[in-house]
Amino acid sequence: MSKVHTAEGPATFAFSDENRKAAEAIIAKYPQGRQASAVIPLLDLAQRQHAGWLPRAAMDYVAEYLSMPPIRVYEVATFYTMFNLNPVGRHHVQVCTNLPCWLRGSDAVVAACRDVLGVDFGGTTVDGKFTLSEVECLGACVNAPMMQIDDDFYEDLDAATTRAVLNTLAKGGQPKPGPQNGRKGCEPKGGPTTLTTLGPDGNAKAKHVPSPPPAPPAGNPPAKT
Amino acid sequence: MLKDQDRIFTNIYGLQDVGIQGARLRGDWDGSKDILAKGREWIVGQMKESGLRGRGGAGFSAGMKWSFMPKEIGVRPHYLVINADEGEPGTCKDREILRNEPHKLIEGALIASFAIGAKAAYCYVRGEFHREADALERAAQEAYAAGLIGKNACGSGWDFDFYVHRGAGAYICGEESALIESLEGRKGQPRLKPPFPANVGLYGCPTTVNNVETIAVAPTIIRRGPAWFAGLGRPNNTGTKLFNISGHVERPCTVEEEMGIPLKELIEKHAGGVRGGWDNLLAIIPGGASVPVIPKSICDTVRMDFDSLREVKSGLGTAAVMVMDKSTDLIRAIARLSRFYMHESCGQCTPCREGTGWMARVMARMAKGDATVEEIDLLEEVTRQVEGHTICALGDAAAWPIQGLIRHFRPVIEDRIAAAAAAKAERAA
Repeated sequence: MSKVHTAEGPATFAFSDENRKAAEAIIAKYPQGRQASAVIPLLDLAQRQHAGWLPRAAMDYVAEYLSMPPIRVYEVATFYTMFNLNPVGRHHVQVCTNLPCWLRGSDAVVAACRDVLGVDFGGTTVDGKFTLSEVECLGACVNAPMMQIDDDFYEDLDAATTRAVLNTLAKGGQPKPGPQNGRKGCEPKGGPTTLTTLGPDGNAKAKHVPSPPPAPPAGNPPAKT
Repeated sequence: MLKDQDRIFTNIYGLQDVGIQGARLRGDWDGSKDILAKGREWIVGQMKESGLRGRGGAGFSAGMKWSFMPKEIGVRPHYLVINADEGEPGTCKDREILRNEPHKLIEGALIASFAIGAKAAYCYVRGEFHREADALERAAQEAYAAGLIGKNACGSGWDFDFYVHRGAGAYICGEESALIESLEGRKGQPRLKPPFPANVGLYGCPTTVNNVETIAVAPTIIRRGPAWFAGLGRPNNTGTKLFNISGHVERPCTVEEEMGIPLKELIEKHAGGVRGGWDNLLAIIPGGASVPVIPKSICDTVRMDFDSLREVKSGLGTAAVMVMDKSTDLIRAIARLSRFYMHESCGQCTPCREGTGWMARVMARMAKGDATVEEIDLLEEVTRQVEGHTICALGDAAAWPIQGLIRHFRPVIEDRIAAAAAAKAERAA
């Protein structure tokens, strides 16, 4: 994993009041003196506050906030793939191309992304709306192929649904996350093969007694004319 | 097939209420106080008796692991750390627990923590699982509000805090000591063992690290009794397990089944069978990217448990079944995994840092046939030099898929090389 920090960022950075509160709540999860544990969550807060990427000033700010040597924070920021050290588009489109996604057609998803966005992996659209990245397994393999856009997973994709998701976002809409082929989650398409005999309490459903068929109306049906 | 009444995860698809009311209706948090009242030793004993083997991939006895923690709580507090850094290609079972069965995990965390003497548990959720971490956090807040965790959890007299900690994208943090490093605020680079986490873990304190599924099944095992769990599956491979079936099947899915279920039955019953029929099967990676691939001839009869898959030189791993039909370019498939391991090597140990890159480059050439037949032996030899020569198992994990490919599909590699050489000769003529 090698990441190079090339962009000029602002000279200073500070948490918003809201993020300062969030940071304090995060730090409180760890024992006294172990505030360094909060470095990843705090870098995440900083990145969200700063248009999706971490300028040097933000890393220095987090270092000071947590009383850590700045180099320790740089090490963390460069080690983990979710930290962006250069500007990214408003939406970060991350396509998984690992084996389970590839087996189910991630090549078509990648091609659709390239086509709709007009950029390759690592590229950002000229309007600054999208950055396209290739990622390793995101852990939704039975709903492959999939991509992550910002905080949401879009699953069970093909070329057409990939285009639809991107086009909706491009128009300022919010596509529905999750499977794009009618599944709810990780159940087999068409319905589960298990848990079908259980009620909401997890116990066997009460035996369904079929009610007798309705009695035919008295008398003969009127003759068709 | 496993009966529905014997399934632990009755809401794994999220079709019922995932909130605390729905969870309690399904039996979560039922009599948790009484379980704790039986004492640490009793709980650990029950877990040992159940035969539960860790669900994160290594398959080590969960009860045994808990018993390694110091019996007396000294000046150093004890910790439970839950590994939700799910990222082994093919694996997506913990995701479903986090978002659909979070109360099983939190109740399990309370019971496990009590059993190992921990007053706090950290659940390390991979950063990309943003929605899943939120779902878990919501469930934790529900449990706090209901007095099930926090001060005097469930009225047991035991104080217990549950914290959700989000990572930021690094496969290696699924290795327990790398996870601890990451949780302490550093790069996720594995530690040398010994000392083991049970002695020196999080913040230098005694720590148990368990997979999400291992912790989430604990309450049900204890409520229904170890004999019930041990009665399912096969000796030394007891209980039920979440399986992820992906790749070339008609209906990919996650399903809870009995350990030891024949692989073919698993795929045909729940995933609609192999695309184009069973005879269209080429090979399967049965336990996540790290375990060796097995050809159809083995898939025909092998059972899905730790020992059965070990016997055929593969492994159950995370029980993530990746199915590849005859249209698959298997060399390219394994080359893709090699590229993954190169990307994810933390760079600490030379054999892994250099070896994963070297293996990925050679595999990329092999996929094109741009190699010599002698290089197959060289590649195999290099995998042996990486395997077992690194601090953690990532080196092994990078070596095994290639070894499996060469073991079962060497003629395919040779044919590709011969075809490429012939094409080259033709162009030169």
